[in-house]
Amino acid sequence: MLFILALTLLVSCREDEEIYLKEVVPITQPEYTSVEGFYLLNEGMMQWNLASLDYYDYSTGALSRDIYLSANPTVVMELGDVGNDIGIYGSKMYMVINCSDKVEVVDKRTVKRIGQINIPNCRYIKFYQGYAYVSSYVGPVVLEGEGSDDDVYQLGAVFKVDTTTLQIVDKCVVGRQPDELDIVDGKIYVANSGGYSQGAKIGYENTVSVIDIETFKEIERIPIAINLLGCKCDKRGILWVSSRGDYHGTESMLYAYDTQKHRMVKTFDVRVANTWMDGDSLYVISNEWSELAEGFSSGTYKIINTKTLEVVSENFITDGTDARIKKPYGIAVNPITKDILLADAYSYVDFGFLYCFGPDGKYKWRIRAGNIPAHFVFLGENINEQ
Amino acid sequence: MLKRFSITLLAIVACCLGSLAQDADDVPLGLDTVQYLENVVVYGRKPYAEVIPAQTLAGKKLEGLNSHSIADAIRYFSGVQVKDYGGVGGIKTIDIRSMGTNHLGVFYDGIQLGNAQNGQIDLGKFSLDNVEEISLYNGQKSEIFQPARDFGAAGSVYIKTRRPKFSGEKNDNFNITMRTGSFGLANPSVRWEHRISRTLIMSLSAEYTYATGQYHFRYRKKFSDGTIAWDTTAVRKNGDVQAFRAEGAIFGTLDEGKWNAKFYYYDSERGIPGAIVNNVWMNSQRQWDRNFFTQGGWQRRFGDNFETMVNAKYARDFMHYNNPDTTLMLVDNKFRQDEIYVSSANKYTIIPDWDVNLSVDYKWNYLNSTLTNFSYPQRHTTLAAFATARTWHRFKCQASLLYTMINDRYKTIYQGETLAHHSKWIHKFTPAVFMNYQPVQRYDFYLRAFYKRIFRMPTFNDLFYTDMGNANLRPEYANQFDLGFWYQRLREEGFFTGLKFTADAYYNTITDKIIAVPSGRGQYRWTMMNIGKVKIIGVDVTARATMHLARDFNVDVNLSYTYQKARDYSDPESTGYGGTYKGQIAYIPWHSGSVVGRATWRDLDVNYSFIYVGERYSTSCNERAYHQQPWYTHDLSASYTFSIGSTKLKVAAEVNNLFNQYYDVIINYPMPGRNYKLILKFDF
Repeated sequence: MLFILALTLLVSCREDEEIYLKEVVPITQPEYTSVEGFYLLNEGMMQWNLASLDYYDYSTGALSRDIYLSANPTVVMELGDVGNDIGIYGSKMYMVINCSDKVEVVDKRTVKRIGQINIPNCRYIKFYQGYAYVSSYVGPVVLEGEGSDDDVYQLGAVFKVDTTTLQIVDKCVVGRQPDELDIVDGKIYVANSGGYSQGAKIGYENTVSVIDIETFKEIERIPIAINLLGCKCDKRGILWVSSRGDYHGTESMLYAYDTQKHRMVKTFDVRVANTWMDGDSLYVISNEWSELAEGFSSGTYKIINTKTLEVVSENFITDGTDARIKKPYGIAVNPITKDILLADAYSYVDFGFLYCFGPDGKYKWRIRAGNIPAHFVFLGENINEQ
Repeated sequence: MLKRFSITLLAIVACCLGSLAQDADDVPLGLDTVQYLENVVVYGRKPYAEVIPAQTLAGKKLEGLNSHSIADAIRYFSGVQVKDYGGVGGIKTIDIRSMGTNHLGVFYDGIQLGNAQNGQIDLGKFSLDNVEEISLYNGQKSEIFQPARDFGAAGSVYIKTRRPKFSGEKNDNFNITMRTGSFGLANPSVRWEHRISRTLIMSLSAEYTYATGQYHFRYRKKFSDGTIAWDTTAVRKNGDVQAFRAEGAIFGTLDEGKWNAKFYYYDSERGIPGAIVNNVWMNSQRQWDRNFFTQGGWQRRFGDNFETMVNAKYARDFMHYNNPDTTLMLVDNKFRQDEIYVSSANKYTIIPDWDVNLSVDYKWNYLNSTLTNFSYPQRHTTLAAFATARTWHRFKCQASLLYTMINDRYKTIYQGETLAHHSKWIHKFTPAVFMNYQPVQRYDFYLRAFYKRIFRMPTFNDLFYTDMGNANLRPEYANQFDLGFWYQRLREEGFFTGLKFTADAYYNTITDKIIAVPSGRGQYRWTMMNIGKVKIIGVDVTARATMHLARDFNVDVNLSYTYQKARDYSDPESTGYGGTYKGQIAYIPWHSGSVVGRATWRDLDVNYSFIYVGERYSTSCNERAYHQQPWYTHDLSASYTFSIGSTKLKVAAEVNNLFNQYYDVIINYPMPGRNYKLILKFDF
């Protein structure tokens, strides 16, 4: 009996879990430019339903953690599973939640939920003339030949969504497992990966699909390299496409393709995990796996001048702080101050870190973000928010 | 008074006779065994061969627990955590003293169940229908006369299937059981036991399980003021299972020994219900398993000093995983494993209180898969164990040294071409020491201690899973130090007829722990590394009381409690808010425990059980976002046994999770609320 008593004293009872409300953490001095702040989407580990949104306010110099949850505490099962992309268009902000098969739409200032667009296995988002375009791994399943396992594959698609009604109005089938997309001159360029066919007979995709927005039909496939991931266009119409490689000797690479002259202008032998375009600078980070580093990836931090097509910085972190970064995962550059924001996903289990570096590449501050911090968007007047 | 005394005395005599009549290893070892006498609950007072006795569930006590699978029953042991993905078909693996599932050996009728592919035995797949006894040993079964493999795990569970017993001239026993209840469960089983001759008996059993696996679950969260933020109820889908099991065994008695042979076949198809996340309430992945093994053992004594035992096994396991959901990556993978195992154990008694044993085992494992660029690994394992046991008056000691030699052979294949053949060797020596001391002859009070160092090999998945495995992995080590005591007091009359109390404190370390680390752009690529380190401090306590309340009315209460501080020392740089350093490792609660109460009155048997698992975190980053609430379930069952002619009929009803608590064991894998089961058993 004493034993039972002791047991009940030691242990606690089950309660309903409390909603994790906003936590504001002051970091640094306020700063007043037309960039009011930025949102950071933390992916959250797959199956953990832990995608979360943080907001950094330049006017207070503080980070608000889990701002989606505090703005929408009554949403069942919260933000969702694996946030893969974020963008602002008009007054709305869109979060592509990959494993929750939806694009979550919120007010860009209050973060109050406006609605959701159900798109299975959605990946990246871009906007153009009142419509959102979302790449997704979901398209028709193709059966070839005898129909053995090797001959079955899935095509992807780009969904066209009306940003006023949030309804899907059209869908254009592209290559297999399309990832990042960008829009230039009335055309959508989307990088096909073919990641699901890794090792299969059909192999990876090696093209960028071109969609004519007017007709919303795929008009061209541009061969670039296998297993493409990133696709960003600069103001001169050069498409910066990155490949993942095949993890078996073929490494990830960066390609510059001129959309006007229809030719490849340069291939860069640099590793790429993520990129950010700021003016004439393309910031390229990588987190190549290295067994020697005992769990740390040997990250690289480069800047490419998109005008001269030259690598102008081999390491934009100039004070050695890169040795502390375990898994460089996301990057953004403040369009006004040119401060560099870097997301370190760390071990994927811990909360990741958000680093800030000055334009000179010197460490300014770091703070724990959410689980797998990854995707940024800036908020402000007269800046390109997407 | 006199009458009650004589009944008890009779029972003790009967129980001693009963145990003498059985083979040595047929007697449930340790003093924890309740003898199978109707109406009377007593402890057996028998000498035991082990230095440190096991925690054991057997006979009616096991039958009375509301358990469908072996995993459900093991939850009642102290020091054990079960990872349960929910429902009838969900995976259930167990972890003892926070060392990880891969450090646990599961032995089925004396021979270890292998899974070279992932090193984990899903105990949810093993039904309790044909099981007589389950025992849990920390360290190892501290008996020296056993195969070398039995020295090779950090902790072991021994599952013993039913051994036929025949009363009088009866040569055949039949049993038909039907179970039904919640989740659309239909679970019939049959068993036939036959005495071929005085020295030869056999048994055959078969079981079929079908369940739709559907149940309601509820998730909700509240605001800090207690009002509900959101609250949702849904139906768990794609948790259906159908499984067929057939098992046969033959047991022979020799003049100076015995032999046995058996086969086991299991064939199943199940849905994998998957994690519940925002906007996704259903998954459609499926899995098929087919397991077959056949094994046998022979044991004989030569003279007074020498005894030998030979065991052999062949196993084939087939697994097929399919994802038909076209919105995700289509997957259709098949895996086939083969295992061949032979063992010889030889015990020599130098002087009556001093035994030595030498065991040598050989094991071969092979994994074949439809994965592309697969390595087709083979593993040759040779084990040699030298062990000795010595008794000096009231002090018992046992020491063993295990030598392990492993040869892994695999290929590097890319795009259909074999690029290289590899062969890797590992040689290791690992020791264990067990001690037991009884300070005073008069009292059943014993002090005990053990030390053991052992490792687990990286599994084939760790090493060779296409694009994820890391062929350079080293073994993962577990070191265990344990200090404890046990005490019991038996009385032949009075209110308390028996009291037993055990307590152990332990310190374990896991070094070179194999953990998954992200290895590429995005979340979809991982690899395995030897970078983990865990330190575990724990206390296991058990208590048991048997009470005689009135004539024919007995009560038996068992309590267990576990405290564990299992901290992650892997990354000293990950400190502060959101870090993992010194965090409690994933899914290990600080406090857990169980209460099992059983009351018997003539042919009526009522059981109540309670399981408590305290708060824990889903990763070693102990932040609110990963916090898991405690959960506890109350289960109740009652059974009544009666006879119609020569047929014995048992009717049982169970209510599980009586207070309908909605909980998760694994994050986003909801467990069922209140559920029911009805059991009918015919014995003739």
